Amino acid sequence: MAAALVMNNIQISSGIFRMTVQSGMGGRPGQFYMLRSKNASPLLSRPISIFNVEEDRVQFLYQVVGEGTKRLAGLRPGDEIGIEGPLGNGFPEPSGQMAFVGGGIGIAPFYYALKQWPGADIYLGFSREAYLVQEFERLSSRVIVDVGGFITDRIDLSSYDQVWVCGPQPMMLAMQRLNASSGNTGKVYVSMENRMACGIGACLVCSIRTSGGRRKSCADGPIFPVEEVVFE
Amino acid sequence: MIDTTCRIADVVFKNPVVMASGTFGFGREYARYYDLNKLGGLSGKGLTLHPKEGNLGLRVWETASGMLNSVGLENPGIRRFLSKEVPYWQQLDTVRIVNLGGHSIAEYEEGAQLLEQFSLSGKAAGQKAYDMIELNISCPNVKEGGMAYGIHVETAREVVMRVRRATTLPLVVKLSPNARDLVGMAVMCEEEGADGLSLVNTFSAMKIDIHKRSSVFENLYAGLSGPAIKPIALRMVHEVCKAVSIPVMGMGGISSAEDMIEFIMAGAETVQIGTHNFVNLRAGEELTAGLEAFMRREGIQSLTEIRGIL
Repeated sequence: MAAALVMNNIQISSGIFRMTVQSGMGGRPGQFYMLRSKNASPLLSRPISIFNVEEDRVQFLYQVVGEGTKRLAGLRPGDEIGIEGPLGNGFPEPSGQMAFVGGGIGIAPFYYALKQWPGADIYLGFSREAYLVQEFERLSSRVIVDVGGFITDRIDLSSYDQVWVCGPQPMMLAMQRLNASSGNTGKVYVSMENRMACGIGACLVCSIRTSGGRRKSCADGPIFPVEEVVFE
Repeated sequence: MIDTTCRIADVVFKNPVVMASGTFGFGREYARYYDLNKLGGLSGKGLTLHPKEGNLGLRVWETASGMLNSVGLENPGIRRFLSKEVPYWQQLDTVRIVNLGGHSIAEYEEGAQLLEQFSLSGKAAGQKAYDMIELNISCPNVKEGGMAYGIHVETAREVVMRVRRATTLPLVVKLSPNARDLVGMAVMCEEEGADGLSLVNTFSAMKIDIHKRSSVFENLYAGLSGPAIKPIALRMVHEVCKAVSIPVMGMGGISSAEDMIEFIMAGAETVQIGTHNFVNLRAGEELTAGLEAFMRREGIQSLTEIRGIL
């Protein structure tokens, strides 16, 4: 595992951290890195999507969920971190009027996306507490925020040529239904968050069901056209 | 000059570091990180005669110094492997092992026949497709077949005998630590003409979600691997090495050169690296270099000096 230096690691909301790592490896919106603190336990790295890329720095937004992310949250500037990436394919080439839809920690890929396509509308859905809204508003005048409701209720798919989605499974399922009722035009892409072990397509623990058979979230995705995913 | 070569039947490994089935795909993914020709060998993803989708639901859970997996032998099937992966394998200069799984004795036998025929047709053209079969009767995550054959000696005997008759390729049998009589199983494999053994596969284990009051896995149990199992796996490899005269590929939680040395001192001919490939994508390269450094440091010229000294 390659090593990189942590430049900062800041708590920005309850259980939500933003970490900046010195790495010239860059990446595209929707790609991810495998991150691992140097502790012996837990064994596996955590797949974390790219929040931002600046010159020789990559930023990650993550939520403390279990032991692995707790270890990440304990890292201080100057600490070494195990890092592999960028991995996965990222979102497809954008076209026309774009919308980005993020739920909770799923807003992470859209900061960097919005920097590249500031004309996009961005929908941010939070269950309890909103965060980073001002940062997003600095990049776009069309930021729609919802706390406690269903952000998917606010979207009219017919207004967009392409919609990128990242969030919890119920939200992506809602987007799939919305897409089906609007005639499956094939323009909605979802980022599949999944437990991974290797992150490179060898272990098959992140395998998901799609209309085209089993696919690997890490190496074939994590981005898939929403109508292809079979949610279990 | 340090000699790290190992041998099973007439197959020579340039060093004892072999990547374990199920953790290494068919090698391509790791080839982006280092030159696979540095490895002693690699064992491909477990194959069944027909493609298999694997298990539903959660497939991985981390434990103290280990992980549980419930992949359930998701694989493209032997025919697709032959057409899509073997051409890639033919470019590699390392020992290439086909891991053969199955759901019935007939399926194991048919799979072995298919591998044999393909191998013979390639041999005529001077194109060796693979070097060895690893017969997997030990997968804990498949309901029929898999571990069911690896538990009882007499059921396993039928599979080993039929596969042995079906192929002239060197044959290693991968044993389950869940076998009722592991040493008896190993002795049976030797009696039935196996050229070697590999052990151990994952330990049947479980994780309960106490809030949902159910197993986190659809299959109830899953397979435990990683450093947590190393002391038990080492003891099992030692016991089996004492009981048989065919070579053993030892594995279970190996994550350093020192771990590999332990297995070789316990009697293993080669080792296999599994879970550690996930922890460090460059494990194969680093462990190979680490082993040579250890031998140089300790003044060991050949692994035969330390193999089975306990």
